Amino acid sequence: MSLTATDVARLAGLARIELTDAELEKLTGQLDVILDSVAVVQAAAGDDVVPTSHALDLANVFRADEVTPSLASAAVLAAAPAQEDGRFRVPHILEED
Amino acid sequence: MSDELMDYDAAMELFEPVLGLEVHVELNTKTKMFCGCANEFGAEPNSHTCPVCLGLPGSLPVVNAKAIESAIRIGLSLNCSIAERCRFARKNYFYPDMTKDFQTSQYDEPIAFDGEVTVEVDGREYTVPIERAHMEEDAGKLVHQGATGRIQGADYSLVDYNRAGTPLIEIVTKPVYGTGARAPEVARAYVAFLRDQMRALGVSDVRMEQGSLRCDANVSLMPKGSTRLGTRTETKNVNSLRSIERALRYEICRQAAILAAGGRVIQETRHWHEEGVTSPGRNKEQAEDYRYFPEPDLVPIAPPRAWVEELRATLPEDPRARAARLQAEWGFTDLEMRDIRGAGALEPIAATVTAGASPAAARKWWLTELVRYANDQGIELDEVPMTPAQVAQTQQLVDDGQLTDKLARQVVEGVLAGEGEPAAVVARRGLAVVTDEGALQGAVDRAIAAQPDAAAKVRDGKVQAAGALIGAVMKEMRGQADAATVRELILATLAR
Amino acid sequence: MAALHELTATQLAEAFRSGEASSVEATQACLDRIAAVDGAIHAFLHVDADRALATAAAVDRRRAAGEPLGPLAGVPIAVKDAFTYEGAPTTCGSRILEGWIPPYTATVVQRVLDAGMVVLGKTNMDEFAMGSSTENSGFGPTRNPVDPERIPGGSGGGSAAAVAAGEAPLALGSDTGGSIRQPAAVTGTVGAKPTYGGTSRYGLVAMASSLDQPGPCGRTVLDTALLHAVIGGHDERDSTSIDAPVPPVVEAAQSGDVRGLRIGVVRELGGEGYAPGVEQRFHEAVERLRGEGAELHEVSCPHFGLALAAYYLIMPSEASSNLARFDSIRYGLRVGDDGANSVEQVMRLTRGQGFGAEVKRRVILGTYALSSGYYEAYYGSAQKVRTLIGEDFARAFEAVDVLVSPTCPTTAWKLGERVDDPLAMYKADLCTIPVNLAGNCAASFPAGLAPEDGLPVGFQVIAPVLADDRLYRVGAALERVLGNQGGAR
Repeated sequence: MSLTATDVARLAGLARIELTDAELEKLTGQLDVILDSVAVVQAAAGDDVVPTSHALDLANVFRADEVTPSLASAAVLAAAPAQEDGRFRVPHILEED
Repeated sequence: MSDELMDYDAAMELFEPVLGLEVHVELNTKTKMFCGCANEFGAEPNSHTCPVCLGLPGSLPVVNAKAIESAIRIGLSLNCSIAERCRFARKNYFYPDMTKDFQTSQYDEPIAFDGEVTVEVDGREYTVPIERAHMEEDAGKLVHQGATGRIQGADYSLVDYNRAGTPLIEIVTKPVYGTGARAPEVARAYVAFLRDQMRALGVSDVRMEQGSLRCDANVSLMPKGSTRLGTRTETKNVNSLRSIERALRYEICRQAAILAAGGRVIQETRHWHEEGVTSPGRNKEQAEDYRYFPEPDLVPIAPPRAWVEELRATLPEDPRARAARLQAEWGFTDLEMRDIRGAGALEPIAATVTAGASPAAARKWWLTELVRYANDQGIELDEVPMTPAQVAQTQQLVDDGQLTDKLARQVVEGVLAGEGEPAAVVARRGLAVVTDEGALQGAVDRAIAAQPDAAAKVRDGKVQAAGALIGAVMKEMRGQADAATVRELILATLAR
Repeated sequence: MAALHELTATQLAEAFRSGEASSVEATQACLDRIAAVDGAIHAFLHVDADRALATAAAVDRRRAAGEPLGPLAGVPIAVKDAFTYEGAPTTCGSRILEGWIPPYTATVVQRVLDAGMVVLGKTNMDEFAMGSSTENSGFGPTRNPVDPERIPGGSGGGSAAAVAAGEAPLALGSDTGGSIRQPAAVTGTVGAKPTYGGTSRYGLVAMASSLDQPGPCGRTVLDTALLHAVIGGHDERDSTSIDAPVPPVVEAAQSGDVRGLRIGVVRELGGEGYAPGVEQRFHEAVERLRGEGAELHEVSCPHFGLALAAYYLIMPSEASSNLARFDSIRYGLRVGDDGANSVEQVMRLTRGQGFGAEVKRRVILGTYALSSGYYEAYYGSAQKVRTLIGEDFARAFEAVDVLVSPTCPTTAWKLGERVDDPLAMYKADLCTIPVNLAGNCAASFPAGLAPEDGLPVGFQVIAPVLADDRLYRVGAALERVLGNQGGAR
């Protein structure tokens, strides 16, 4: 199967990445080639093979429910691109009608 | 724009509602799900944050053992199976209240699954099947800045991440069939059951008004006689038990009107407004694609069976068994118990009895004065600002003869008005029963002198005529006398 | 004595102990070297000179006071910019993080500091560790000290180049698909990827969480092992950290005894696509190991041919999620916040401008691999291949103690040569990727220069989970027979 510019634009939207038309065109071609080459995994993945999500077989790693110090407020907000009243300021969320 | 609504009874003639309920419970662990920041409501903005819950580059989550324990106990209390092995997953979507732009949740491997609970509405039992209970984290809190303070039309928003990373358990039902016209009440009873159960487990504060118990109510309509599920809507922002019932009733009437007119219900998220309507939420251009995958930063959870059994032993008494036990102890009839449970008064009465009142007295207060107050205020019985201990104290004053029933009602009124403990209300309002024999005798003598006709009738044996005299005395004493004592005193005086 | 910046960490430590040199002198020598050569090499993104000298002075005072100090106390080190270090800018090679100063320190950096080591600064890297040449850095490429027209490998080209150029005797790196080993190979230095969970990832800006692993870079086997021992071991802040002692890597590096060791040559990692000089030096090194008493075997790992494909599905998938947080809300770049744009538009513009081409490529690829309808075919299948590769290793390690291969199919290529050919770039990691997928350990050691171009060739040793000491045992033997002195260029 091949990937179209429309597909890539939709994926870029999902990933919140603005692409120029030139970028979109170039990426579409490159991704198509890459996808073509990685598709070999499908043939090898039989139903009898268990997928591996973690490199090692660890389980039950927990932390005790004990409070540890939080960051100082100044450190929390120090890198904020915009802030107000001790909170992070963000542009309006809904698109304007 | 207002929705077309069909009359509820008419809708029930044509359709069978199918419910689905998603309840989020915030756990009351000391720390957050994945970091050691305090899990506390109401602190200074962003004061309970660290690299982990802020999602700073390089930070990594570590699971709170207590949250797992609570999740397992919740699962067990809902008669669920507990997973032998399960994993966290990432639910990927962008939103400014999420510090990592994915939510660490569970997807196809919930910690608890396949349970059921039984709730009672008007003496009939309904089984609510539970699909799953899974663990996830809460997001931060957005405040919208602009004319309305709402997201619509806001100029910008501010985020406080104190709540980000709070442990949540999401409890999801399977479709609930066969509730008929009782669907809204069953939904309410189910959420009330969960609330009571979480409280009994001690795993959450379950304050709906603070958001520590949140409900999304799904409903669809099936034409009577059909087995094909209709299109459902999901109503959010349902922040009280009453709202659940009202919102579902509204949605049923709205969907019925659409279907009856040959229209199609749109599958969407709707918002409940306390004015009594639902409105459509944001319509996304395309369905979200959450791209779930196993969380690589956390290792699987495989609760040892011995631990699960240990936790099972810590579960509170089964609610139905408890109700049956209390009924036997209290000696109430089935009908009386039904009223008590219907009013949500079981636990308040039990607590009042524990605090020293007789079951009958406890029942009387909770089912009269307090239930009336709750209804007037639109709150639940256990949210009234009078504790079972205060009810028991008030009753004790009656039992000791310091208050009449009528005075006691004023004490309750004072406690509810925030005037303090019952004893303080008595003192402040000067409500104590007059037991001074001299003062009472004076008032009796004056009443007899003022109403010689009545006095004569009593002397002639027409004892009922004493009522007028008693009334006069009580009036003079401003109600702060025991009517029975006054009556005896009048009769004794006239018999001399 | 040679100039201080040319000494190995072990030699420096000895000089500090004997009083021949102080940490301040060594630190100053490195800073001077950086000032002299880094304009041409561009190994560093940030030099933390004042703090480095202050740290060095403090260590010198402690030594003068007779305090017990660790073996690497006072030794300067460079840190890949993928690790947080409180108070120093951390960009991970990306414009989107330009100017971000983290309020906390990565566990491995903290361990380096606790060992009394002197952090010189942060080294250049491919943006978010995505690349094999360091050309994908948002701040310009690093050049190979062996030949400035050539790439220093990647993503940790800055760390490898700093070590090779004598700007630092040691460096920290991170390895997701070969980012420590391949730069070590093409710069003629040593680099190890510890067992997954053997070093803490806390504070390592994540690319692919299930593959990333911090590790040591050095000019000699013993130096690298000493650093490995400093940074290794359990960390309760990393849920995937193994609660076990660090394998005896230093002892192994000191011993170099390979008598009776069963060495398996991986049949699939060689042949077509491998430079003749790389194969020649590799096979010569294998023969030298036999001469040292090792047993040679040929081993087949039939699924290694699928590793690159599986890697280029798993890694971008995890990266697409890990990099979502760069959304302009809490830190980093924000573009287009003009009051009219919505938060979604601002996120899109910020990420469109802040991310480079390779990052966009991988994030979008990963978004695709995880998306509804494609998950099973791509991400799901890749996870199954991961299982098969793990099984290949398990079978191989029943027959042999370590596996060996070239680290990289070629020597260093010229800057710009593969920039527009992602697949050619990806193939540089053909030999290193299987280890990341399986979670065991591997290291690259210098195996001489390829006859045709005179450029360094890397020799990869692969060992089972938590048998990291075997890497250094083989590495030390090679170093001995090949005569590598660990000199800087």
